[in-house]
Amino acid sequence: MNRLLVSPSPHIHTRTSTRSLMLDVVIALLPSVIVSILYYGWSAVEILASSVVFCVLLEYLITKYLLKRPCTVGDLSAVVTGIILALNLPPAAPWWVAMIGAVVAIGVAKMTFGGLGQNVFNPAITGRVFLLISFPAIMTTWDGAKGFIGGIDAVSGPTPLGIVKEGLMQGQTIDQIFAANDFSYFQMLFVNIGGSAGEISALAVIAGFIYMLARKVIRPYITLSILVTVAVFSGIFWLIDPSQYTDPLFNLLTGGVLLGSVFMATDYVTSPMSDKGGIIFGVGIGVITMLIRYFGAYPEGMSFAILIMNSTVPLINKFCKQKKYGRA
Amino acid sequence: MKKTFSIGGVHPDDKKISAGCAIEVLPTPKKVYISMAQHLGGPAKATVAAGDKVKTGQVIGEPTGFISAFVHSSVTGTVKSVGLRKDLAGIPVIHVEIDVEDDEWMDGIDTTDTIVREIPQDTKFILDRIRNNGVVGLGGATFPTNVKLCPPPDKKADILILNGAECEPYLTSDYRIMLEKSEQIVIGAALMKHVLGVERVVIGIEENKPEAIAKMKEAVASLAAGTAGYSGIEVMTLKKKYPQGGEKQLIDAVTHRQVKSMGLPIDVGVVVQNVATSLAVYEAVQKNKPLIDNTITVTGECFPKQSNLLVRVGTPLSYIVDWLGGIPETAAKAVSGGPMMGKAIANMDAATLKGTSSILFLTEEQTKRKPETNCIRCGKCAEACPMGLEPFLLNKLAKNRMYDELEENAVQDCIECGCCLYSCPANIPLLDIIRIAKGDVIRIIRSRTAPKK
Amino acid sequence: MTTTIIWTIVAITVLGVLLAVVLYLVATKFKVEEDPRIDEVEKVMPGANCGGCGFAGCRAFAQSCVEAGNLDNNFCPVGGNDVMKKVAAVLGLEVKEKAPMIAVVRCNGTCANRPRTNDYDGVRSCKVKAALYSGDTGCLHGCLGCGDCVAACQFGAISMDPATGLPVVDEEKCTACGACVRACPKRIIELRNKGPKNRRVFVSCVNMEKGAAARKACSAACIGCGKCAKACPFDAITVEHNVAYIDFNKCRLCRKCVAECPTGAIHDVNFPTPAPKPEPKEAPKPAAPAAEVKSTTDKKEE
Repeated sequence: MNRLLVSPSPHIHTRTSTRSLMLDVVIALLPSVIVSILYYGWSAVEILASSVVFCVLLEYLITKYLLKRPCTVGDLSAVVTGIILALNLPPAAPWWVAMIGAVVAIGVAKMTFGGLGQNVFNPAITGRVFLLISFPAIMTTWDGAKGFIGGIDAVSGPTPLGIVKEGLMQGQTIDQIFAANDFSYFQMLFVNIGGSAGEISALAVIAGFIYMLARKVIRPYITLSILVTVAVFSGIFWLIDPSQYTDPLFNLLTGGVLLGSVFMATDYVTSPMSDKGGIIFGVGIGVITMLIRYFGAYPEGMSFAILIMNSTVPLINKFCKQKKYGRA
Repeated sequence: MKKTFSIGGVHPDDKKISAGCAIEVLPTPKKVYISMAQHLGGPAKATVAAGDKVKTGQVIGEPTGFISAFVHSSVTGTVKSVGLRKDLAGIPVIHVEIDVEDDEWMDGIDTTDTIVREIPQDTKFILDRIRNNGVVGLGGATFPTNVKLCPPPDKKADILILNGAECEPYLTSDYRIMLEKSEQIVIGAALMKHVLGVERVVIGIEENKPEAIAKMKEAVASLAAGTAGYSGIEVMTLKKKYPQGGEKQLIDAVTHRQVKSMGLPIDVGVVVQNVATSLAVYEAVQKNKPLIDNTITVTGECFPKQSNLLVRVGTPLSYIVDWLGGIPETAAKAVSGGPMMGKAIANMDAATLKGTSSILFLTEEQTKRKPETNCIRCGKCAEACPMGLEPFLLNKLAKNRMYDELEENAVQDCIECGCCLYSCPANIPLLDIIRIAKGDVIRIIRSRTAPKK
Repeated sequence: MTTTIIWTIVAITVLGVLLAVVLYLVATKFKVEEDPRIDEVEKVMPGANCGGCGFAGCRAFAQSCVEAGNLDNNFCPVGGNDVMKKVAAVLGLEVKEKAPMIAVVRCNGTCANRPRTNDYDGVRSCKVKAALYSGDTGCLHGCLGCGDCVAACQFGAISMDPATGLPVVDEEKCTACGACVRACPKRIIELRNKGPKNRRVFVSCVNMEKGAAARKACSAACIGCGKCAKACPFDAITVEHNVAYIDFNKCRLCRKCVAECPTGAIHDVNFPTPAPKPEPKEAPKPAAPAAEVKSTTDKKEE
């Protein structure tokens, strides 16, 4: 008779593992990836591939040669970081930009702290913000769509948010800017007119969100509280002065609000544990995003907002505990 | 809207593969080993010595102290020895070893099948019978039932909950007795209701057992129509969620009351008894039959012969398994009890106890622990914890021996249900660590409060 | 422009002076009076904060030494007599010399001596394993092999020998702080006299089961036969609960017991290699050679 195993209870385990959770996130990201490839063509493929490859390679090298620990590439978290980072870059950006982003994301933001689960800031956003500050020109130029779906002219120029910011500084009103640039919400919902790979289609992001909810990968509170906050905040200002402030729908559909609230703010490691904490976290992100958009120097504030709120997570976790049984 | 408890919980696969197997009577083995520590509290003191003849149902162990219980011989035969023998965890416990002869029951035990429905009015008579026949809680904790039915005078129960949730995967022994002995269970409930003087009895059953729910409803209705003393008993369908059968969770699900930390159910006016205990109470009171046998599920995907067996207390586990064809080659672990809270069997020669509910075989693929990886702070353990604790935090605090913080974060409330370890995607052995920390913290709390008394 | 700079400098200077005054006032008001000798004693301490002395750390120990006014009840096991002499010098007190101690692992249940009966699959912690069941061998009292002692040792003096599955104490590094003794749930590790030239004799077993059961579980178990106690000319050996114990204060290292022990449970370490003797009286089991147990210089006679 073979020797029996003995261990403390429980004796069975869920099938969910870190790898299966990350795989679900990758699947949820696929619609956005497909849309960006269709829209931007080979340049999107190049940036996606280089970002993922560098992220995975870097994690492999660091665990193997620097930390001398068992390799953690198999948990797929580096793949998720790579895809999210690529979706945050302009597809026209050269491959070395993705490489630098990967170095900052994996090398600085993630592995320095001890790898998955130990980092304070979301690696992909840290990488993106580093690039945004270091290479503002590359990071804000949306140079041409040579996509696989025909009929779209090559567009060059800033994102809708950038156009609005520019216009407001020149003293134009929102209506004038909108009319001059021919913005349409319908277009934003499906394929946006300018933006990083992941920002261009709201619908693709929403599809990913629904998938992750259905698979119970994430809880909806963080995402929804960000979206509601953005809508309410911009709604108030828009009602006060529609000529100076953009409307809520425009704010929800443009920039990284959807992508950020669905994929980046919900990152397990850098978001609060409890639902209550998640709501506070989300409201904070929403408010900071809108403050930057309306009053800051940058046209877009999602990344900064998430990073700032990341730093408050330990505090939120300390004070927002879930309800305990029998301790009213 | 079906009721369930309000915080946490997990949904492991049901796997009630032995549900269709009717209860069979296992032939008595040639030798039984009856443990003197089959209940919570002080172990019983053996009252027989080697060479004594004993009859089935004869007292062979007397309680030592208030929380303790009688132990009876489950067979007729000659006592071979009284001494230390290893239990299923390999720990030596005093056992009475009996060579089995032809079954001869003690006088005064009603061994017929007739169902006695009349409820005796003398509560002392009922309690004495429960105590003298060694009835203990069969839901897992094996707490002496008569003690539980006598709450301290300053506390009053207003509801009795019968636990038929059987929320652990694989286990079907409670299900089978609810199907086959539903009327007896309801009579047992009525007896306990009378002793406690409560108006309301709720039999909580999870929705995945519709036949049991129907059977129990039928039994309740027919008894209420025919005999006095059966009013106020109802069957409640509960949503399927583990650990519904946890005492505190069941109370929350049925009454929406929550037991305070370190408190007892009686503090919120509730007494919870398992359906198997109720059956034992019926047999003890109405038939004067001691608790000398119980229903045991033998199951597992890798086990060829799914069974529900009526087994005499003290039967070696290996005898049961061999009778069914032996341990399968693919089995990697044997568990006594359910897969979530059961104990792994280290010693197959150990004998069954009153509270043994199952022998479950799991394959290596099902049960082998996977290597631990980094915590990804997903919060799934906190989401799953039915007590609203934060296992990830408790784990870290425990590793750093921060006992004050552990107490602040209510590690002492842990019910060891295993939801945290079950749900952790990083395979962190949360409960292993937390269980030890809980023991340490409870010891600290006790040592702090003890001198004041 | 210049005025701005001047005003800035003035403002900052004034602010600095003001804050300095506030800091000074606070410091004087909340000053904690402490015996300066505590600092001095702490300076001569090893600074490991291991807790081996029974205090929370070196400073707590120093405080206790100063307050007690004598050193009778305080001893730093890590620093040993040297440090205690220094402490005594600082405080002008007398100190009694103590014989140096060392942690000794009293189990020889190697993989070969003690067959496994099941495989433990829980978290690698002796404390967890001990709370769960009797262990993965037939022996109830022996080493569980999860290395709680290794984790407890702050000096890196204990390591697990992968071949035997037992902990090994490094004689050079062990400071006899007792952390491993407290960490072991089976109470296998004992602090014993280091002995002259590091020579020691001890019973490497704590199994309290009766002889036959102990022998069945482990071929190197003490079976409580008492031969060693009869052989001992100094009454140093007692057999209680089926297990022999050698009182290291009485033992004169004659090693008569070692030769008597039928299972080889009595170990002598750091003695010079004896002249070749006839083969062991009783070879335990073919698969159970005299395993290296305690230290690199460990020798064992049957």
